Amino acid sequence: MSLSVSLSHRYGDFHLDLAFEAGPGVTAIFGPSGAGKSTVAQAIAGLLKPDMGRIALNERVLVDERTFVSASKRRVGYVFQDGRLFPHMNVAKNLRFGARFAPSAHDVSEEGKIIELLGLQALQERRPHQLSGGEKQRVALARALLSQPELLLLDEPLSALDEPRKEAILPYLERLRDQVNVPIIYISHSVAEVARLADQLVILKAGQKVADGAVEIVLSDPAALPFVGVRQAGSVLRARVEEHGCDGLSQLSVSGGVLHLPGISAPVGAQLRVRILAQDVLISLEEPHGLSSRNVVPVEISALRRGDGPGVAVQMIAGQDRLLARITARAAEELALRPGLRCFAILKATAVPRASISQGGH
Amino acid sequence: MNLRPEEWDALLLSLKVSVWAVVISLPLALLVAWLLARREFPGKALLSALVHLPLVLPPVVTGYLLLLAFGRNGVFGKVLADWGITLAFHWTGAALAAAIMGFPLVVRAIRLAIEAVDPKLEQAAETLGAGRLHVFALVTLPLILPGILAGVVLGFAKAMGEFGATITFVANIPGQTQTLPSAIYALLQVPGGEAAALRLGILSLVVAIGAVLLSEWLARRVAERIGRK
Repeated sequence: MSLSVSLSHRYGDFHLDLAFEAGPGVTAIFGPSGAGKSTVAQAIAGLLKPDMGRIALNERVLVDERTFVSASKRRVGYVFQDGRLFPHMNVAKNLRFGARFAPSAHDVSEEGKIIELLGLQALQERRPHQLSGGEKQRVALARALLSQPELLLLDEPLSALDEPRKEAILPYLERLRDQVNVPIIYISHSVAEVARLADQLVILKAGQKVADGAVEIVLSDPAALPFVGVRQAGSVLRARVEEHGCDGLSQLSVSGGVLHLPGISAPVGAQLRVRILAQDVLISLEEPHGLSSRNVVPVEISALRRGDGPGVAVQMIAGQDRLLARITARAAEELALRPGLRCFAILKATAVPRASISQGGH
Repeated sequence: MNLRPEEWDALLLSLKVSVWAVVISLPLALLVAWLLARREFPGKALLSALVHLPLVLPPVVTGYLLLLAFGRNGVFGKVLADWGITLAFHWTGAALAAAIMGFPLVVRAIRLAIEAVDPKLEQAAETLGAGRLHVFALVTLPLILPGILAGVVLGFAKAMGEFGATITFVANIPGQTQTLPSAIYALLQVPGGEAAALRLGILSLVVAIGAVLLSEWLARRVAERIGRK
């Protein structure tokens, strides 16, 4: 399963020019507003005809010099930022609209599964104007899924929601990712969402692709830090829940060591992904003693990058994982940090908010 | 109210003419409204001007133009006569005149309704696999139903009241082309006709108020059904 996109499109003085491939799982397209994310989404869905380019979904050409498959024939399930539920239909009818044009008839259990996955059983009779923002997005997701798409395109599906509602819907998206076998393109300007959901990441800036790769690698790459933003930059680690302590701290194993983090409700054995912000990581040359932090991981420095300001981004390897730290240039100089140096990364347990920890997927 | 047979004739004819005027103008009005609301094409301004022409042209001129075009020797009149269709000096002509006079109002009401439908909803329907016709039938049409209703009522009301173009095109033949307004006009031309004219005037009022009430009720029902209330 794959999507291959190469696009060139101009409107006004904005020029979009990029190419990327998306495999199974979740591919995030990330960038600030105005980077061209939605243009890419519309081109994939067939709502915009690019000046030039080629788009192919599972070997089926959707766009090239001679071809333009209409939106209704693409089988790209598009979930819009604003839900776009049909106001004259209740939830059940909106869902049926999705199923109505699906290429093969749904069996009832399949439909039931999707409705249950998104928690819509109790909302069937409601009208869109009687739904909360989060409920609308869940209906929109189910409606898109019921159309049996070959690709699910989520265009900033959470950006119209406030923080608590985002938190409430993210677990549904995680379940969707882990249980529904449809590749997902996830368009977002939120690093937090990308870190929680994405497997692959494409970063756009001003219509160009500036970074592309596995989410753990791109987010921990010092070179990508300016595009992610210094406060948002950080790495994503794969962790396994080992045990829950009675003091509220849980022990997680990562490939390079052990972390102790609070507020983890996932059962022992669960795979988690943990986002660790670069600004929450300290570096010590010696194994620290008499330190309040329980989270010390031996690492090897793999890259350093000086920013425009006083900061330096330091990428470290811990087992198979990568960590990113942001420290001052002065500190980097005094510690003589350089690639290949073995040292210790220190993380304050309470610096990892609950929202940075999610069920891990693959 | 005791109506004389010729007064009954005028009322029934007016109703018949108005219903037909709406029936024949509605499909074309839908198409034109959709074109004006959603499409860009060369000649769009011209089409818009043409549609609105009956609003600004003196009705008697519209009637005269109809007579020239659809009269026995008119371009279209001849062709239609070959098919056995007569319009001039016939009730069907009254329906055509009323349809043309009401057309801009019907188009305007529907166009505004189409413009109020968020094209993003239609896009969403497309991405779910619905082709053009399905999008129109399942999304656009239900959402513009209140506008269509408004257009129908306006068109009907305009047809009930149409006088200038009608009397020019089909004259004022009692029992054949004499609509309510024509009958009132005729009655006011003869001595002692005022009482009958007043009766017909009240009748017009009743029909008009009835039509408005009916449309309000329908609009409410539709609004409930499409979830706007």
